[in-house]
Amino acid sequence: MHSFGYRLNALLTLGVTTLALMCAMASFSDNFNHPSPSANVQVMNVNWFQKQSSGNDEVSLTLKISADLQSTFTWNTKQVFAFLAAEYETPGNSLNQISLWDSIIPSKERAKFTIHTKNKYRLIDQGSNLRGKEFNLTLHWHVMPKTGKMFADKIVMTGYRLPVDYR
Amino acid sequence: MIEFLLPAAVRPTETEQIGSAYLLSISLRMDWQGQKLSEQLMQIMLVAVAVAAYVTGFMIESFRIMMLIYAGGVVLITLITVPNWPLFNRHPLKWLEPSVAEEYSKEPPQQQATAASSGKKKSTKK
Repeated sequence: MHSFGYRLNALLTLGVTTLALMCAMASFSDNFNHPSPSANVQVMNVNWFQKQSSGNDEVSLTLKISADLQSTFTWNTKQVFAFLAAEYETPGNSLNQISLWDSIIPSKERAKFTIHTKNKYRLIDQGSNLRGKEFNLTLHWHVMPKTGKMFADKIVMTGYRLPVDYR
Repeated sequence: MIEFLLPAAVRPTETEQIGSAYLLSISLRMDWQGQKLSEQLMQIMLVAVAVAAYVTGFMIESFRIMMLIYAGGVVLITLITVPNWPLFNRHPLKWLEPSVAEEYSKEPPQQQATAASSGKKKSTKK
């Protein structure tokens, strides 16, 4: 510790190392949070259901999405990214996942919500397999931290079915 | 120059000022004991501030408060331990005068005795 510069360097180095340790501990504390989220989605209306000129089926839905993701927030949470995916099986693909809607939830207060919306992103099949198709709607969420590890989870809601005929 | 800021016990004599300005400038920073004290103070305070910041942030569930406490603590520690305050210079080393030191290193033993005595006569202390 001879000179001013030496002491300043030692302080800053130890300071930054300790800061890294504090951030690691903050991220580790997220493991002690056991969230209890809930979600419910209703298909209010099938707006239209067509086969496009490309030969692929497309459907437009109006959805009522209600969810409570408040328990996923911790002191180390920056935001929660949530998205709703339609999932179904076709002869060509064992699993098709199509994102219909997403949202960034910036705070715990905004994490309990109900919205009526048309699907934000288009539901277009690879092919023409959607008539009478049974599908799941899964709400996925990513808990994005201020520092450290990101946690992701989902709720699968089953029992949805598309109309047998185009409309 | 800034010697008047020092406590009287370590204020240099005229001889020291004229003859060994460079050595004096080194002894004005921190002495060895002060350096050790400064380092220990820095390490202990930093860990204490980090623990206090983390526990407070965890308890009130505010990441922002943890960062603010830590940043404030680091600034405080910088002000306390980095500048060479007088409290870190309470055990200064007494350097030999250059003329006496040179004679001890260069001259052969017999002449060394005469030179030493003449050197001592030259620089009469108060």
